[in-house]
Amino acid sequence: MSILVGRETRVLVQGITGRDGSFHALAMQREGTDVVGGVTPGKGGSQVGTLPVFNTVEEAKAAAGADCSVVFVPAPHASAAIREAADSRIPLIVCITEGIPVLEMVENCQYVNNRGVRLVGPNCPGLATPGACKAGIIPAPVLSKGPVGVMSRSGTLTYEVVARLTAAGLGQSSVVGIGGDPVKGTSFVELLNLFDEDEATEAVVMIGEIGGDDEERAAEYIRHMSKRVVAYVAGKTAPQEKRMGHAGAIISAGRGGVEEKIAVLEDAGVIIVDRPDLVVGALGLR
Amino acid sequence: MLSGGRGKAGGVKFAATPEEAGRAARGMLAMRINGFPVKQVLVAERLKAEGEFYVGLTIDRASRSVQCVMSAAGGVDIEETSKSAPEKIVTAPVSLAPRAPVVGEGVLMRVFGKKEIATMAADAVAALSRLLYEKDCSLVEVNPYILTRDNKLVAADAKIIIDDNALYKHPDLEALRNSEEYGEGEMAAQRAGLSYVGLDGDIGCMVNGAGLAMATMDLIKLFGGRPANFLDVGGSSNPQKILAAFELLLAGKTVKVICVNIFGGITRCDDIAQGILLAKRQLGIGLPLVVRLTGTNGEKGRAMLADAAIHTQTDMVAAVKKAVELAGAAP
Repeated sequence: MSILVGRETRVLVQGITGRDGSFHALAMQREGTDVVGGVTPGKGGSQVGTLPVFNTVEEAKAAAGADCSVVFVPAPHASAAIREAADSRIPLIVCITEGIPVLEMVENCQYVNNRGVRLVGPNCPGLATPGACKAGIIPAPVLSKGPVGVMSRSGTLTYEVVARLTAAGLGQSSVVGIGGDPVKGTSFVELLNLFDEDEATEAVVMIGEIGGDDEERAAEYIRHMSKRVVAYVAGKTAPQEKRMGHAGAIISAGRGGVEEKIAVLEDAGVIIVDRPDLVVGALGLR
Repeated sequence: MLSGGRGKAGGVKFAATPEEAGRAARGMLAMRINGFPVKQVLVAERLKAEGEFYVGLTIDRASRSVQCVMSAAGGVDIEETSKSAPEKIVTAPVSLAPRAPVVGEGVLMRVFGKKEIATMAADAVAALSRLLYEKDCSLVEVNPYILTRDNKLVAADAKIIIDDNALYKHPDLEALRNSEEYGEGEMAAQRAGLSYVGLDGDIGCMVNGAGLAMATMDLIKLFGGRPANFLDVGGSSNPQKILAAFELLLAGKTVKVICVNIFGGITRCDDIAQGILLAKRQLGIGLPLVVRLTGTNGEKGRAMLADAAIHTQTDMVAAVKKAVELAGAAP
């Protein structure tokens, strides 16, 4: 078992003919994921490697079936790509693209919600269930199958931690990058719920960072969780954001700083580590 | 100058006569406020305030929505008020439904009290909402929003933050970017498409991804070193971007060691290696260089650098330790 994606997941790649889309579509396929094809408007009928390219998500879904779409489409067209996938009721949309305007994301989140599908990202490395399916760009060599659920707001910092887990013989049930944007499709709390119910997951690693209140909201959930949660929160030395207006500070009500996050998480029973290489030991699974 | 907390830093003065205004302006033009030199003085009518309100529209990450934050206790202490007396803050989701008010009348009445004033405020909130959506703002804030003795609402000061990700849709706004608001390094970084913030340490950092960049800085500090900057070279980095990143780091006068930490995902290590080689050829790089390179096409990238006698590492902790050690030993 695992969360969100597994061996049976059929993956579609939107923006498959671009530099990153083609590279990673072929990588996913090579690594054993059931990639069924891709979408690039105007390039239908062509191929990327052995993968068929379609003009629309609807056509791709009809011809090949798809349970998940990974979006590599550049930012100016990424929102349209997300909505197209949602209109075709692809149940899981994973958006890798960075740089989508935040107001578009507010509307995109509403849009996918209304159609009953899930969005992961944007500005994220996607997700993977080692040995079964990868929907995104997490480098395969860092992954291995095992009992640790990993969720993270950062891409490369995820690779750092997961590579260390793998090197120590601690495999992962699923690894999910939720993305670094302020407004995103899936938050830590929703993933904690999935990991909590997943039989293959024995413990969870949360990789957070300064800003926002994802970690604080996760803490409320973790309080009632029996599985062990280890957290690393980056940004202790990060320069303070240039403060302009007050509305953000009023809404966040004193949340968002690394120290505040760590205090709230510790209070909820989370084991905090201050170096990415200390996660392995803190899991207590060996 | 574009900085919050202007009034508290002596950036707002009152004058009763033109002569007094002249003297005050001369004094201000010789000042630096919150690090920015004062180059212009705006002269405006002094308003006799009957009340000071606060109206701000911003994006709430938790509810993934645009929220209107309002208070009858506006002014410079609004943030303190929100902590000490949260009941004085009213927050309501901004409605996008056609023909519906942006914020309900009942909510406005709670803040503005009288119906006639609430009606004027409703028009203002609608205009602010239009501005937010048309110009892709992540914040539109009026503070103080003054009620004058003759019952008029006047926006006495305002702040707007435009979403950088949406600037490509608004070339007119991009042209307004004020170079003084950023350091020279930050402007150069923006032109090169890099995310950079200068600090005062001596270890220059070049990292892919904001999270890993922050983790690198935290680790430098933990091992007793001082990071000179935050620098995220972003996703699929082309060699030109890496060259620009080196230019930025080498321009930093306090930098003694450069620490490159790349974990390739969408970034390919051979692209990074090519950028490092390009920088070495074009810029020389006269400083000690610690390169950690792993992930997508890692072996290829490391081999390219090995051919040019640049030593690489695969472990982040070891690389940061090495950089801190070199910075400590540097003159």
